[in-house]
Parts: sequence; structure tokens; C-alpha cells
Amino acid sequence: MWVIYTLNGLYFAALLFLISLGLNIILGVMGILNLAHGALYAIGAFIAAWVIIAIGMNVPPFLLYVTLLSGLVLAGIVGFLMEKSLIRFMYKRTLEYQLLLTFGALLLLEDVIKMIWGGQALYASAPFELLGKVDILGHVYPIYFLFVMFITFLAGLFIWFFMGRTKLGIMLRAISLDREMATGLGLDIGRLSTFAFVLGSGLAGLAGALVVPTTPALLGIGMDPLILAFIVVVVGGLGSLKGALVGALLVGFTRSFGIAIFPEIELPLLFLIAGIILVVKPQGLFGR
Amino acid sequence: MVKNPRGVAYVLIFIILLFIPRLLSIHDLMLFEYGLTFAIVGLGFNLLLGYTGLLSFGHGAYFAAGAYTVAMIARYFPRAYSLEILIPAALLFSLILSIIFGFLCVRHTKIFFSILTLSLSMLLFALLFKLYHLTGGSDGLRVPLPTLLGISFKGIRRPEFLSGTYYYFLLVLFAISCVIMRGIVSSPFGKALQAIRDNEVRAELIGIRVRRYRLYAFIISGMFVGLGGALWSFVNGHVTADLSHWVFSGEIVYMTLLGGFGILEGPIIGAILFTYLKLYAMGNTQYWMFVIGATLIVLVLLLPNGVAGAIASLLAKMKRKTVKGTPC
Repeated sequence: MWVIYTLNGLYFAALLFLISLGLNIILGVMGILNLAHGALYAIGAFIAAWVIIAIGMNVPPFLLYVTLLSGLVLAGIVGFLMEKSLIRFMYKRTLEYQLLLTFGALLLLEDVIKMIWGGQALYASAPFELLGKVDILGHVYPIYFLFVMFITFLAGLFIWFFMGRTKLGIMLRAISLDREMATGLGLDIGRLSTFAFVLGSGLAGLAGALVVPTTPALLGIGMDPLILAFIVVVVGGLGSLKGALVGALLVGFTRSFGIAIFPEIELPLLFLIAGIILVVKPQGLFGR
Repeated sequence: MVKNPRGVAYVLIFIILLFIPRLLSIHDLMLFEYGLTFAIVGLGFNLLLGYTGLLSFGHGAYFAAGAYTVAMIARYFPRAYSLEILIPAALLFSLILSIIFGFLCVRHTKIFFSILTLSLSMLLFALLFKLYHLTGGSDGLRVPLPTLLGISFKGIRRPEFLSGTYYYFLLVLFAISCVIMRGIVSSPFGKALQAIRDNEVRAELIGIRVRRYRLYAFIISGMFVGLGGALWSFVNGHVTADLSHWVFSGEIVYMTLLGGFGILEGPIIGAILFTYLKLYAMGNTQYWMFVIGATLIVLVLLLPNGVAGAIASLLAKMKRKTVKGTPC
């Protein structure tokens, strides 16, 4: 069974990596811990489920997978509106207010989701079932999970290339290193911050959309992944891509083997490991 | 002129509070008691946020520690189930928990501190939620009526208990908490915390042991919150794991901000306002989170010093005007 556990661990890690990537970009560039990230993830899940249900089975299968991008798009749009209307005014404020504002936005968005899609769960498992299963070393495994890992791999590669090699990415990194100096060099901080926030939100939405074929979209679906993403960010180190990757793998594998071996204390075990790492290395594994 | 108008005002308020059970209906009184327990929580929380400058997003954990101490004693040691044992026990357990969590958390500040307190409270949540056989899991635990100094309240219904003896018990503990907290923040220790909040490096250079003082503040704050949780559990009659969930911790932050964390009395006003606001929102709409979220955003953007802060600055303005009017 260890093959399955390993694959499941990779799958959990992939999703967490996507979520914490967005969280990390926003945190790194803007210095804001976005508690509403969980709600953006939920928005991605709900819109993707809704679109999949709406178009039904009468389209060519590949289109079904394109619809998963709806999560990315809508969460990006919501992120854009949020940044323009609320987050914009928070850059100069102290941490307490920044956190509380995003907490307020989280509560508000959760109820907006409830207003739009009602209280019941949305089931949209078509993309999951359509792909079927594959035989890996004598174990049957759903192909959809491999698909999610592949998409995450692409997204991670894209972000790595974008942040490291493109001009826009280098400007974002400059802001995260030294905001004042970046302003002094004439970077348009306002615009770049909007961009970073939209990018981070979109990644959260994409993660939500990718999850929805495997579990129904429920109210509060974003709360647990948000907490796990926090752990990933803390363990990996603030603002570090490498840290997010290693942290996500650690949390993913702990979950997958934890659920299999000691289901009762899987979550506490996770926190325990995170706690030990932080006692030994307070800045996280790759923190500055 | 009275020498200490503030002190006189507080004594007057306390006397009015003594007569509250005769003024309010049972339902409103219960709400008021929720408000009082949260006021104790807010007082403790504010020592950390307002006076030490650390924002914890996990104080629900100590609230749950206090509340679950009561519920677990009711379940496993029913013979020890009397208020004079329960309150010290709740204080003890929240002390132990806040020493352990605080030791880990005060190594960090700012966002790291917030995430860490949040994660640790979720650890307690996971334990309370998963260990079904011990803690009742998602069903939670029932909190029966306790005894006080050998007096049993058997045969008395909860509303009568709450509007009689228990109200005065709660009020006395509330008053004691206020006095103690006032003593703490105006003591040299409290001043040292404020120095750490305003300038950590300078505080360290004049010989304040920053990390240790932060830990002390964390522990005291945790004990106040634990006391609030224990007192709350009798009013509510039921405890669930949700008390340790970070959204509940968020509500504690919210009520402190609502009242205003720059002022000692702020969280008290905030806690009582929040209790009524939440009930009003829950009673009138199914979208109460929307109401709470929207008011929170408005508060952050327009009233950053909270209700008490706004009143205080208004009073200060009026005072300045009258002073200007008289030649000096």
C-alpha cells in the first residue's frame, strides 16, 4: 500500500503547494497575510462546480478540463476588486488592522457564496470519473489525481520562471525585498501590488477548482486548507518558494501516512512536527 | 470637586450592575452575562494586543481550556464539581496551556506570532474534535449546574440559577478582574510591556528582558481568557470544540477592536456590544457573518480606535474647547 500512500501524499502536497504559493506571493510582495485566501479558494471551487454542472456532459471532454480555469478567473476577478476597494488602503496600516480587514473580508465572502449558491453542496465529479483509473505497480489509482499533480507542476514551473526570469517577476521580488528602495527606483508599487494580489488569488481559485471534482463544494470548504497552508508557509519560511514546496511535501506526506497509520491523531501529529521544526528553527526551514 | 471622578463613576456603575437582575428580563440578563464573561476575555486579550503589541489569533484555545476544564470535571470527577474548585482548576489549566503555547509563540512577533498562535489553537481544536471518547468530539460536553460552598442548586432551573446567585458570583469575579488588570497595566511591569510595544530595541537596551516579559503577558492574558471561558460555560450549559477554532479566536479579536484596544475599558464595551450585535444579526438574517464581516471592515477603515476610542477622542475634543474658552 505504500505506493498509494506516497501518491496520495504527493497529491495533498500538490494542492497545498498551489494554495500556499498564492498566500506566499501576497505575503512576500505586500506583507499582508490574507485570511480571505480560504474564501477565494472556496469561490474557485463553487464556480467550477457550477460551470461543470451547467454545461453537463454534452461537450467534448477536454472542454470539461478547460472549465476548471473558471476558478482561476473568477477568484482573480474577486481578488482584483478586493485589492482595489479594500486592501489598497491597508499598506500603511499596522499588522492588526491588515489581519482584521482580511478576516472581515473572509466572513463577508463566505456569506456571499452562501447567498449566490445557497447552502447545499454542489457535486461535480464528471472530470474525475471521465479520466478513469490506471494501474501503478499493481495498485489502481485515479488518473485525475495525477492530472492535478501535473497541473500543479506546470503552475509551479510557471511561477518559478516568472519570478526568477521575467522583468515583472524581478520587479515583484524587488518590492518584497525592500519596498522603499523599489519606490525610489520608480516602480509603480500600486499596480504591481494589484497584480501580485490577483495572481495569488487566482492560484487559490485554481486550487479550489481542481479539488471540486473529488469532493463536493461545501460552505466553509476553504477553512481547513487555509490552516494547512499557514503551516506550510510557517514551516517553509515566509516568502520562500523552495520553502513552500518542501513545506507542502512535508505536510502532504504527514497527512497521507498519518491518515493511514494513526487516523485519530493525524492532525495533531502534523502540528507537533511543525512545532518541533519551529523550536529548532524559528524562521522556518528556508526563512530569511 | 471630587478627587477621583473616574473611581466614583466606577463605583456607581458597579452599584447599578448590582440591580441589573431586577431591571432586565431573564433573556436579556443571560445575554448580559455572556457579555460580562466576554468582557473578562477581552480584558485579558487586550493585555497582549493593546499593551504588548502582539496580535494572537488563537486565544480561543485558552477559552476552550477554561470551558473544557469545567466540563471534564463534571464528567469525570462529579464530586469535585463546585465553583470554588472549578474556577482555580480552570485557571490552573489555562496557565499550563498558555505556558506551553506561550513559550513557543513569544519567540516570534508580528505575523509569525499570529500564525503560530492560530496553528496551536487549531492543534487543541483537532485534539478536542478527534478524541471523541474523552471530549465528546463534535457533540461537545454538557455543563450541569455546579454547587457553591456546599450549597447545591439541584431542582433549580438554569435561568433561575443564572439570574440569582450566579449573576453576583460573575459580577464579583468581573470586578476583581478589572481591578487586577488595572493594577497590572499601571504597575512597572505594565509600563515595561508598553515600552516593549512602542520600541522593542530601546526596551531591551534599558534592561527589560523582552522575551520573558512577553511570555508573562501571554500567560496572564491566557489565564484571564481561561477564566472567561470557565464562567461562560455555566451560562451556555454546553461546550464544543469550536471554542478552540480560529474563527472563534477571530471573534475575540473583533470584540476587542470594536470597543477599542487603546483603552483599558474598550474591550469591556466591545464585548457587551458584540454579544448584542451578534444576537441581533443572527436573529434577523441568516447572513450574520456578512453583517459581522461588513461591520469589521467599516471599523477598520473608519473607526480604527473602536467605539470607546471614538468616545474618548470626542470627550478630549470637548475638554479642549472648554479649556480654550477660559483664560489661563
